[in-house]
Amino acid sequence: MRAFSYERPASIEAAAQAAAGMDGAKFIAGGTNLLDLMKLEIERPTHLIDVNRLGLDRIEATPEGGLRIGALVRNTDLAADERVRRDYALLSRALLAGASGQLRNRATTAGNLLQRTRCPYFYDTNQPCNKRLPGSGCSALAGFSRPLAVVGVSDACIASHPSDMAVAMRALDAVVETVRADGTTRSIPIADLHRLPGDTPHIEHVLEQGELITAVILPKPAGGKQIYRKVRDRASYAFALVAVGAVVQPDGTGRVAIGGIAPKPWRKEAADAELPNGAKAAAAKLLEGARPTDDNAFKLTLVERALSAVLSEARG
Amino acid sequence: MRFDTPATTNPIDQGKVVGKPIHRIDGPLKTTGKAVYAYEWHDRNTRYAYGYVVGSAIAKGRIRSMDTAAAKKAPGVIAVVTTEAVGELKKGKYNTAKLFGGMEIQHYHQAIAVVVAETFEEARAAAALVKVDYTEEKGAFDLAAAKDSAVEPEGGGASGAGDFDAGFEAAPVKLDQIYTTPDQSHAMMEPHASIAAWNGDDLTVWTSSQMIDWWRTDLATTLGIDKEKVHTMSPFVGGGFGVKLFLRADAVLAALSAREAGRPVKVALPRPFLMNNTTHRPATIQRIRIGAGRDGKITAIGHESWSGDLPGGGPEVAVQQTRLLYAGENRMTAMRLATLDLPEGNAMRAPGEAPGMMALEIAIDEMAEKLGLDPVEFRIINDTQVDPENPERPFSHRNLIGCLRTGAERFGWRERSKKAGARREGDWLVGMGVAAAFRNNLVLPSAARIRLDREGIVTVETDMTDIGTGSYTIIAQTAAEMLGVPIEKVAVSLGDSRFPVSSGSGGQFGGNCSTAGVYAACVKLREAVAQKLSFNSAEDLIFAESEVRSGDRRMPLAQAVADEALVAEDRIEFGDLTKTHQQSTFGAHFVEVGVDVATGETRIRRMLAVCAAGRILNPITARSQVIGAMTMGVGGALSEELVVDKERGFFVNHDLAAYEVPVHADIPHQDVVFLDETDPMSSPMKAKGVAELGICGVAAAVANAIYNATAIRVRNYPITLDKLIKELPEIS
Repeated sequence: MRAFSYERPASIEAAAQAAAGMDGAKFIAGGTNLLDLMKLEIERPTHLIDVNRLGLDRIEATPEGGLRIGALVRNTDLAADERVRRDYALLSRALLAGASGQLRNRATTAGNLLQRTRCPYFYDTNQPCNKRLPGSGCSALAGFSRPLAVVGVSDACIASHPSDMAVAMRALDAVVETVRADGTTRSIPIADLHRLPGDTPHIEHVLEQGELITAVILPKPAGGKQIYRKVRDRASYAFALVAVGAVVQPDGTGRVAIGGIAPKPWRKEAADAELPNGAKAAAAKLLEGARPTDDNAFKLTLVERALSAVLSEARG
Repeated sequence: MRFDTPATTNPIDQGKVVGKPIHRIDGPLKTTGKAVYAYEWHDRNTRYAYGYVVGSAIAKGRIRSMDTAAAKKAPGVIAVVTTEAVGELKKGKYNTAKLFGGMEIQHYHQAIAVVVAETFEEARAAAALVKVDYTEEKGAFDLAAAKDSAVEPEGGGASGAGDFDAGFEAAPVKLDQIYTTPDQSHAMMEPHASIAAWNGDDLTVWTSSQMIDWWRTDLATTLGIDKEKVHTMSPFVGGGFGVKLFLRADAVLAALSAREAGRPVKVALPRPFLMNNTTHRPATIQRIRIGAGRDGKITAIGHESWSGDLPGGGPEVAVQQTRLLYAGENRMTAMRLATLDLPEGNAMRAPGEAPGMMALEIAIDEMAEKLGLDPVEFRIINDTQVDPENPERPFSHRNLIGCLRTGAERFGWRERSKKAGARREGDWLVGMGVAAAFRNNLVLPSAARIRLDREGIVTVETDMTDIGTGSYTIIAQTAAEMLGVPIEKVAVSLGDSRFPVSSGSGGQFGGNCSTAGVYAACVKLREAVAQKLSFNSAEDLIFAESEVRSGDRRMPLAQAVADEALVAEDRIEFGDLTKTHQQSTFGAHFVEVGVDVATGETRIRRMLAVCAAGRILNPITARSQVIGAMTMGVGGALSEELVVDKERGFFVNHDLAAYEVPVHADIPHQDVVFLDETDPMSSPMKAKGVAELGICGVAAAVANAIYNATAIRVRNYPITLDKLIKELPEIS
């Protein structure tokens, strides 16, 4: 870990300004991902801006009938919130499928969205990795790729996004609220938050330097059956090989987002439209243009079968 | 004491303390955090420095140059010790890969420098500043690709009887299959860690070792100093499973850097170093051929295994159980060893037998199906009471049949569907599997010192280690039984090279051998007591309730030490009984699994192990060993694999997030049954081992249960869902 300076600003605006003014600055919230990466020198911030005490830890009803989730709401608190459990069960289930109790106590809503890939080559600083060291190459393409992405990938990077929560947020049409250094705010639909790797896999989202996520807004409840099915090698404390987050209405329509297969939570409107026609049709749309490796081609079959199980559970 | 004739009735047979379910005497220390592990030793008056290791970034080649200027200038840095500056070091007797010294790189994450600083964080930060220039060489990293270049290992290891080729050819029912097991990591909880302190030429090392004397000897060899100058301590060890049998880099680096820094230095190996810096269980490719008559009797059995290691290393002896487990007159086993430039392969819990049984016990299941026999019955039909390669040599005691029958009864084996893929509960395909468990009983000499003091306290000193197994407790039980005192009066001191050399912990020999050493020392102490109290002979004396009795004469034990404490020391040495008789432990594993019909995820529903392993010294600690081994077996079946990057030559998934061992949610109710037996050939304790027996066969029982559930036969471990999903039933 490199030495760094640290500050705990008094306001959201001050935090954004502080970060904007310094290239190596980063926000720190729960630190469950950032600190690990700093110890390995994968992240080397020169300055940390602690946003834990900015009052961003509340969950409030919105005038539109939705929920405004503060960026610093801990995963445990979010999963346990009565309104979330009642109206956004998908989110609660996705959160509880992730990490461990200890990590969820610490991890935050915004931090979870921005967590970085668990690609093993990203984590080993001796190995080429375009995401960690742009231009060095991708070790995973010809190496160990079983847990990695099959859609949305590029020749530069096949890393997958590890979040469970983000999959639920994507299916629930969440919107990310931010504040920029100049004090202006903007709303970013979660679909637009993460970028695909292309030839710049080190740039993972659309936030500007200094732009701070303050909240995640959920629109009014979507109803239907809300199912989160996480498929993994062991029963707990493992990242998803494939995760299906679905909202299915009694008439068979609905929406579905997939985790574990792409550099971002993966959803296609065309696939949603096919849901009434069954898993095969929807999966075909979700996986259009897939570029699997020999190691992870099984995910194509797994997406379809897991989705089939989810739709059948929704019907039952 | 020389043990070369079968044990007769002795004080252990009283069973007043030995064999009782006594909770760990060191339990409260552990649950209150007062048990001190290697890295935690902390003397308030000592200013420790902290070492952080730098590992090689390449798998094979040479270091051209090292630049430590930036690291040396970094805040808090006291010293930087490099492999370049230290130069070639001698290698310990038990090490295959060199641990440190010189410019040659043999494997990824080989230790090449240690940076010492005032704090751990400063050392870690400075370690990242060491710049290394390498000349990389092409290496061999893929066992399958290197298979054809594999040669017969030193010492051969091939065995046989009858005419295998002819016997197999003539058999009316045949099986010929290839099975593979991957590289596996010990993944113990406590990482390797050492503190080294020099006092002149005297070196003290607090470390985490299963074998105190091996470490001490090999550390002295590596450093080129006199063994008598080295003092090693490991009173508590947070798991080892074989990766702490042999000296590791942390101890060498701590010693070298403490000398350089001029003060005590703490060095722990970071978790990723476990996989690529230390040792692992090597991958195997195994071919098994079995021929049988239609009556179900095996007539030919052949088992070949290929594995790889660094030059000078040995094979994974995955065929050794096949020499002994089942009858059959025509037999053959052989091993081939390839040179691989991966980290060193070496012992991991039940080396040889664990991966060997993973393959053999699927093969037996497949063969039973070909013969239309229940797999339990097929195993019973082929039981043998003699070494099948050497029929004049009987087993000392063998009750595999009892394990299988008891297990089948208790588990409800008759409920198993005879047809594979036929039982479904909701979304789950449900199946049951069985496998035999088999592990040889090894014996090593073991010494102990016993002191009976004027307060009536019995103190046992031996360099035996307790790696979570319960050594403290069973040793206290042994001394209490032998001397007729309550267990509360026994103090046990372990894991210190100032104490008599024990068997150490490994190969499931530690429990039996170390208590036998304590038995021997207690016999000597009883003689001293008898003499002191003017009894004619120690032989007929009864030591009970803190008294010494012979006929009508009773004397308080305390009287023997009224003037001064008595001390006795002895060592158990084993004669030829392991040669004249085959000593092994036996068991049967029963497993029920559910396989998700949509995703192919396998989850364990029930497990039972029945073990026949001689006298069980303490059913609580023995059960703990077996359920831990069953859990590790589940990992081997379903998730554990060190993934080799065949280009770059290293284990990619080198942390506990990516190398998935079972978590609580993976492990359901586990039952363990010990058959009531003793084996007088094994030692005066009449005990054998259970800690490795418990893992042998588990993975195959899981594999067989998956087959029974799905009708899909997977012969390549681990059995992950991607190996099932293509063949699962259609779902709507």
